[in-house]
Amino acid sequence: MLVFILKRMISLLLTLVAASVVIFFVIEVVPGDPASFMMGFEASEEAIEALREQLGLNAPLWERYISWISGLLQGDFGTSYTYKVPISDLIGDRIWISLPLAFYALALSMLIAFPVGVIAAAKRNSAADVSIMGATQLGIAIPNFWFAMILVLFFAIQNHWFSAGGFPGWDDGFWVGMKGLTLPAISLALPQASILARVMRSSLLDTLDEDYVRTARAKGLSRRQALWRHALRNAMIPVLTIIGLQFSFLMAGSVIIEKVFFLPGIGSLVFLGITQRDLIVVKSVVMLLVFAVILVTFLVDIAYAFVDPRLRKGR
Amino acid sequence: MSLLTIKDLSLKIGDAEILEDVDLSVDAGEILGIIGESGSGKSMTALSIMQLLPSGSTSAGSIRLDGEELLDRNEKQMCALRGNDIGMIFQEPMTALNPVKTIGDQVAETILIHGSASRGEAREIAQQTLERVELPADKFPMGRYPHELSGGQRQRVVIAMAIALRPRLLIADEPTTALDVTTQAQILTLLKKLVDEDGMGLILITHDLAVVADLADHIAIMQKGVVVEAGETLSVFRHMQHPYSKTLFSASNHVPKRAANRTIDRDDIVLRVNGVVRDYPGQRVSLFKKPEAFRAVDNVSFSIGRGENVGLVGESGCGKSTLTRSILGLNPIQGGEIDLFGQPVNTDMPNSLRAGIQVVFQDPYGSFNPRWKVDRLVSEPFYLMGSFPKDTHQRVAKALVEVGMEEADMDKYIHEFSGGQRQRIAIARALILEPDLIVLDEAVSALDVSIRAQILDLLAELSDRLGLSYLFISHDLGVVRAITDRVLVMRDGVIVEEGDSQDVFNNPQHEYTKALLGAAPDIEQALAARESAKN
Repeated sequence: MLVFILKRMISLLLTLVAASVVIFFVIEVVPGDPASFMMGFEASEEAIEALREQLGLNAPLWERYISWISGLLQGDFGTSYTYKVPISDLIGDRIWISLPLAFYALALSMLIAFPVGVIAAAKRNSAADVSIMGATQLGIAIPNFWFAMILVLFFAIQNHWFSAGGFPGWDDGFWVGMKGLTLPAISLALPQASILARVMRSSLLDTLDEDYVRTARAKGLSRRQALWRHALRNAMIPVLTIIGLQFSFLMAGSVIIEKVFFLPGIGSLVFLGITQRDLIVVKSVVMLLVFAVILVTFLVDIAYAFVDPRLRKGR
Repeated sequence: MSLLTIKDLSLKIGDAEILEDVDLSVDAGEILGIIGESGSGKSMTALSIMQLLPSGSTSAGSIRLDGEELLDRNEKQMCALRGNDIGMIFQEPMTALNPVKTIGDQVAETILIHGSASRGEAREIAQQTLERVELPADKFPMGRYPHELSGGQRQRVVIAMAIALRPRLLIADEPTTALDVTTQAQILTLLKKLVDEDGMGLILITHDLAVVADLADHIAIMQKGVVVEAGETLSVFRHMQHPYSKTLFSASNHVPKRAANRTIDRDDIVLRVNGVVRDYPGQRVSLFKKPEAFRAVDNVSFSIGRGENVGLVGESGCGKSTLTRSILGLNPIQGGEIDLFGQPVNTDMPNSLRAGIQVVFQDPYGSFNPRWKVDRLVSEPFYLMGSFPKDTHQRVAKALVEVGMEEADMDKYIHEFSGGQRQRIAIARALILEPDLIVLDEAVSALDVSIRAQILDLLAELSDRLGLSYLFISHDLGVVRAITDRVLVMRDGVIVEEGDSQDVFNNPQHEYTKALLGAAPDIEQALAARESAKN
């Protein structure tokens, strides 16, 4: 197991290096000169040239790559072209919204999906199963921004239980912050939970049909015992895969929900960076997101191996 | 009073009648063999005893264990009974164990679930039970996972789970069908030993008459949900009454008649395999180390003459399927050469050469595209020729008639046919290009004995009439003996013995061939042994 984890870590590092190279060069070849963009249309050639020098844009490609990477490793992401502030500050403010929000939404999603999926599978074709499947279909079909607005209408405008948007920060305590993230987390979690519940159900139905479940029943286990002790753990592999994908999506894909609730998150930062051609912001944030995704993949891999002994021998 | 008495058992699943008035009984310490082909209801009888039937089933009649009616029991009472009083073993050892739990835990679970012992005691009993099924702790510690064991070893674990609480009755549903002959012999010996030691009753369900002839005290022959004949083993075999029993008996030893004017030209070589080596790349353990190769086929040479039927036998993993793939030009070889009609076979050989060698695979269900009609399925090999001949229809019709099907079957889909009919269609597909050599890769292994006999007859007749050569690959020695002229015995990638089929089977030279033949159950030998024991 230890060897397996070590091997996965090595592959994680190699993937990171490869990803950083790709991100760096792709962004470098994108047309558009950040210096001329920053100086505006009226700027003189000399002024732009001076800025390029100042930003280090004239150094050779590999030198800029090295300095970018060594900066990243020291927590120095460079300075935003548009905001003229260190990017680490920009990210620092937002990561404490996006990260907790992603975890919150994911936790909600799992909390709903696991029991719902298990019940649906255990009572296959029952009224409960049919209604759960119908509800999850609806959950996937409803656009989450629309659902978010309904939540705001009901919980914030009609009943004043939650605020309609914005984020109070973590200074007033954990629960105040969590309360501020609750509505966005629910709107993000709804489609995710619906997908996860369906995956859970179908995966569990597959494993319930396996020969070893029949063997377990022949040993004297009841239907329920066979499900909990034998089918469930085997059904977790596809579920873990989806959880990994969902987390990656939640980290960066929540721009619309961030907009609905006026949350300054990572998603909005990337969006701004792209529209304003603030390439250094885009580059750094994308690198950060890639790091998060690779890390999650790594954790999912480790989780696979915990679930299934066949995967423990290094690949 | 018998240990288990089944009276007038009928079973319906939905509207389909599965069992009808089944009467059976088993005594303690006795082995009852239930024989039947697929769909005969033998497995459903077993599942009825366990009350593990598919949903929508309704059963009527009586199943009594030591006088106690099982059909009146509710689910909770049945749970207490399963694993405790009745144990069950299934056919497929590769999937019968939970892959994510250790073998020790899985055996101990039988004991724990019935609350018969504390956790520590349960593990101790599990350990002893694993010893009883000959999986000693020093070689097979309880912390092993199923994927670390072979098929035979896994079946031992399944047996250990079933007998951990020393049940009164053990049901074994085709326990050795998925195993090699040598492993089968070991598992059957083990079951016999356990029955003798514990005095439990054993119901042994199988399609293989030879297995029950050797092992069972009583047998029951089932057909379409009805017990057609039952009684003491020797007397049933010696005095068969029911026509179906007789058919089954003659089919299981069936040797097709060969034409008198059959010609085998060993000088006209169709296929020549010379010093062939096939390596599989091993698993890459490191990014910087070359993976070690696994040699699946090691320096194999043989040839097949025109009209000759050559058998290739060996147990699973011996390399026979790997060799087949190379002969078909599907896999590259790492040494030696393969010639078809004097032209080299490799992965990019011309289609016209491929047309000369056709193949029939084992699984009649998986080897057809279900969305195509038979016409298109059978004529598909014409793609090899680049264009379809004008008389494609007539040729398909001819091929179908040749394999005993009808012209009208062209317009049907494959799901409308039984396993035996599908295998006939597969043979028609192989015949359509009028090849000289057909590779039959376990082509009759998935078929019931009576169907198998028909297909063997068909193959023999086709070879005699059309001068076809066969490479007949099988793990089933009886079948190979029945249809081939010459046989190759393969083990660990090497041909260990080669010769005229009758010579090899009557007078094996190599130790491995002797072991294989010794392990293969044989009806006549078993019955003769019984008779001599009686006198």
